[in-house]
Amino acid sequence: MSSVIRHRLFWPLVALALLLLVNLFKKPDFFAISVINGNLHGSLIDIALNGAPLMLVALGMTLVIATGGIDLSVGSVVAISGAIACFYISGQPDQNSLSAVLIAVALALAASLVLGAWNGVLVARFGIQPIIATLILLVAGRGIAQLITSGQIITINSAPYKIISGFWLGLPVVVPIAAVMVGFTALLTRRTALGLLVESVGGNAEASRLVGIRSATLKIMAYGFSALCAGIAGLMVSSNISAADGNSAGLWIELDAILAVVIGGTSLLGGRFYLGGTVIGALIIQSLTTTILTMGVPSQGTMVFKAVVVIIVCLLPVIRKVRSTRVEATS
Amino acid sequence: MTEPVLEMKGISKEFSGARALVGVDFRLFPGEIHALMGENGAGKSTLIKVLTGVYHPDAGQVTLDGEVVRITSPLQAQKAGISTVYQEVNLCTNLSVAENVFLGREPRRMGAIHWARMRSDAAQLVRRVGLELDVSAPLGSYPLAIQQLVAIVRAVAISAKVLILDEPTSSLDRSEVEQLFAVMRRLKEQGVAILFVTHFLEQVYEICDRVTILRNGALVGEHMVAELERKRLVQLMIGKALGELEELTEHIRPAVGKAMIRAEGLGRNGAIAPFNLDVHAGEVVGLAGLLGSGRTEVARLLFGADHADSGKVLIDGEPANLRTPNAAIERSIAFCSENRRAEGLVPELSVRENMILALQAARGWTRPLSTEKRDELVARYMKALDIRPSNPDLPVSSLSGGNQQKVLLARWLITQPRLLILDEPTRGIDIGAKTEIQKLVVELSEGGMAVLFISAELEEVLRLSHTIGVLRDRQLVSQIANAPEINADRIMEIIASGAPA
Amino acid sequence: MMSPAMRRRLPAVVTATLLVAMIVSGYLRYPKFDGQAIYDLFIDNGFLLVAAIGATFVILSGGIDLSVGAVAGFSTMFAAWLIVRQGWTSWLVILIVLAIGTLAGLLMGAAIHYLEIQPFIVTLAGLFLFRGLCFVIDDNSISIRDPFIAGIAEARFQLPGGTSITLSAFIAIAVLAVAAYVLHYMRFGRQVYALGGSEQSALLMGVPVARTKLAVYAVSGFCSAFAGVLYIFYIQSGDPSIGVGLELDAIAAVVIGGTLLTGGTGTVLGTLLGVLVFGMVKTILNFEGTLSSWWVRIFVGSLLLAFILLQRLMVARKTPAPA
Repeated sequence: MSSVIRHRLFWPLVALALLLLVNLFKKPDFFAISVINGNLHGSLIDIALNGAPLMLVALGMTLVIATGGIDLSVGSVVAISGAIACFYISGQPDQNSLSAVLIAVALALAASLVLGAWNGVLVARFGIQPIIATLILLVAGRGIAQLITSGQIITINSAPYKIISGFWLGLPVVVPIAAVMVGFTALLTRRTALGLLVESVGGNAEASRLVGIRSATLKIMAYGFSALCAGIAGLMVSSNISAADGNSAGLWIELDAILAVVIGGTSLLGGRFYLGGTVIGALIIQSLTTTILTMGVPSQGTMVFKAVVVIIVCLLPVIRKVRSTRVEATS
Repeated sequence: MTEPVLEMKGISKEFSGARALVGVDFRLFPGEIHALMGENGAGKSTLIKVLTGVYHPDAGQVTLDGEVVRITSPLQAQKAGISTVYQEVNLCTNLSVAENVFLGREPRRMGAIHWARMRSDAAQLVRRVGLELDVSAPLGSYPLAIQQLVAIVRAVAISAKVLILDEPTSSLDRSEVEQLFAVMRRLKEQGVAILFVTHFLEQVYEICDRVTILRNGALVGEHMVAELERKRLVQLMIGKALGELEELTEHIRPAVGKAMIRAEGLGRNGAIAPFNLDVHAGEVVGLAGLLGSGRTEVARLLFGADHADSGKVLIDGEPANLRTPNAAIERSIAFCSENRRAEGLVPELSVRENMILALQAARGWTRPLSTEKRDELVARYMKALDIRPSNPDLPVSSLSGGNQQKVLLARWLITQPRLLILDEPTRGIDIGAKTEIQKLVVELSEGGMAVLFISAELEEVLRLSHTIGVLRDRQLVSQIANAPEINADRIMEIIASGAPA
Repeated sequence: MMSPAMRRRLPAVVTATLLVAMIVSGYLRYPKFDGQAIYDLFIDNGFLLVAAIGATFVILSGGIDLSVGAVAGFSTMFAAWLIVRQGWTSWLVILIVLAIGTLAGLLMGAAIHYLEIQPFIVTLAGLFLFRGLCFVIDDNSISIRDPFIAGIAEARFQLPGGTSITLSAFIAIAVLAVAAYVLHYMRFGRQVYALGGSEQSALLMGVPVARTKLAVYAVSGFCSAFAGVLYIFYIQSGDPSIGVGLELDAIAAVVIGGTLLTGGTGTVLGTLLGVLVFGMVKTILNFEGTLSSWWVRIFVGSLLLAFILLQRLMVARKTPAPA
């Protein structure tokens, strides 16, 4: 029993279960999933649908944090990616052309990768603190997104692009996309040596240098991957509303993502990372948002609860430390 | 003789079971420079931390000016008249010299800091120790030596009774040391009692009046420097090796042929004077010397952990550019740092992951070891080195020091290096593990590996090495072939005199 | 060869030159760009100046405060709520929100110091909390019709040449003067620099680290709330989404003003220069007409990059070769 409690995913899972239960209490049909027009509908589906972009961003953030860094620019990348895709599609004579949509997606993701590599180079080659290096893109990025959209909200009417946020075999498409990305990341990090080397760099940078790990390359990859994930999230967000909103797409998502990673048990100081934990962390945050809506609090009020979550997450290790020193003292 | 200004009696300190100080006595007279000497783990830094209020002793008392005092914090120690200048300058390099001297005691006029007076007062204090500085320039714009002197100016300006200098000279060049000594002599004349911690024998004989020697947390003796022979001092510091070691089989084998690795005039300013060194395949070269004599620096240059600024390295007679650890690893060189925690282990990772790290780093992230290969290697080396507990999934931080050391050894052995550099591989580990590691070194060299073995324990170096390099005050002063007539006495003589054999 | 003291001021000198160049080119290029445009810089950016002053304290001490905008926004909302919905006296309300801001900063500082949690995370919680509370009070803005507030908001001083300046701008400049005095002439100020130089050294040199750190975040909280109060004078209402991203603008202004993000080096006068450059970017884009508002962000981002690289270069050159 104690080993179950001590498992690092125990408390996050309990928190998630509690959140869902609160909803059930408030709204008895919370767990109900209905089929409308052959597609699944219900609160749980909504959580998955809305939580997918956050999950992706948090996924990339996990790797960056594992290297001992942080990426504040993901929100801007979300906005830029959506802006590029919609801008390209809106300029096509036939917005429903599949090839145009594919090109748009490729352009958006390529741009995201470039932005991520830029962050990585600033951190790994120029030695700028991650929080500062990514701050630059956080500030400028939203301007770039608005530049692309000319400050307008670009609305598009493209069926193929809508697929990203549509349904497939009754499931929202974003769910398999997120699942595939999680699986891909898990394979990438655990089937290759990437995960091990990243954890080593984040866990002890000097020791890693002395065993010959090329940490600069790893860091650039991590930031690139983080931006790629943010780019995909940007496509999801813009597809969902069939529009690119340079100003508000992905706003605050970096903070939510960092929070999800921390809830999932990855230390902000770097080192060991837990992809499964991050997934649960992202679900917790999304459920929290949903719960608060169910409770009838205005959506922006969610932030108060997130603050409480941050405080609890921060206090847990402190409490644990106090308790363990007490145990030491008595033994 | 006058009364001591500071007296410590029966100081003991224990850290979770490990005794760092056992009933140590220490006294300091006004107007004297007193050296505190000892090897790693002798208890020097613990004693100083007790004196400066960082640690609280478990037993014993401190008397200052004839009154028993309880020192509870560095600040309180300062107020009582005990100031410390550390090896790494503990001032703020972003502030000006004047601000550093006066931080916390700025002269004020009507509540506001009186900058003009602060600058003129600081300039005066600086001049009093024989320096001419622009006191309004940021401290960081001056070299380390000057920063150290400013730290001394601050310390003396606050309280002039007892001044502790903790290894202030370890990164200074000769002329900077001269400058520091001039300041120390001036202060001595003014009646300040100076406690001087250094690893340089020459400096002890040049400037100190008295010396206290610690070993393994205990007081070994207090002597007038003028009455103490150098060799005797070295003997007191190093002591006799702990017996109880299993006999090793004879493995003396003369090295022949071309050197596997050769350093020619390799050196680095402020770290190690240019040296020549050969290591042959199948040969164990031991490096002996006191702490801070440049042992580790030799190893770091050969591994590319630091940049050399003179000389070159030849591998199998071919010039090799060892600018980074990567370059050295590609040449099959391995290096186990003496600093396991900071430079070796990745504490969060498991034993298994720590063991395969070097090999995996060399292969790159795209070519992971297969699970079978990995488990086979890990199992083989865990068994060969008898790493306990024999569970590769435990976090490496949960292992004992000796087993952590074995993990690091295994990490490098898995890469099958041609040159293995071991820096203090047996420090702080139990006797059993120690013998095992020594045996392993013998086996490896018999298998054809070149080994550079660094240890503070002369007996150990003598037992294992074919050739012994002796270091002293950042110079490789002698290289001798090991032979039955070479003993610890002989090595200590070389360390003490600096004379090549 | 530059003297070290010169090199340290290099970013501020670059910023000052940039500012002068912008003003001169603005004067030559736009007929409408006159003396009033300069005063308008202070009038339109007073709240940013005050917020950036608070950020300067925190950054000088080696920390960071992300809660600036949220605390400012909350201050406008809470004040508006107290005045309009509860009928409290407006000057008393202003004192109350200033006190709340200070207390919030103090608590965050305590969490950072005593619980040893990264400033980034603690102030992030602050951001969430106060921004959330804005919306808990109301989703929409609350306009304030209060004679006292209106009096201050509309108070203008005529200056020679037919120009004028608002009382709020004056207040912002007064805050700047006080901050400059505190940092330069009070022991607390030197302790802030020492803390940013090296916490370890500061501790060994007898700096009351805990007190200083708490005070620094309290100052930032106070300035954030103060920025909120200036907002109220500026728009005479409380708005739940006011000040979103203000912390980023403040950090950018501080960096452009020559303060090292790693702490220990910089001045509030530099911060003033940074704020004015920020303001000039907006003014010029405004005058230009054809260029749109998002260029502000891109331009500020580019400046940020340039100055961070400049800082990086300076630090790299200052550090002596490692021993």
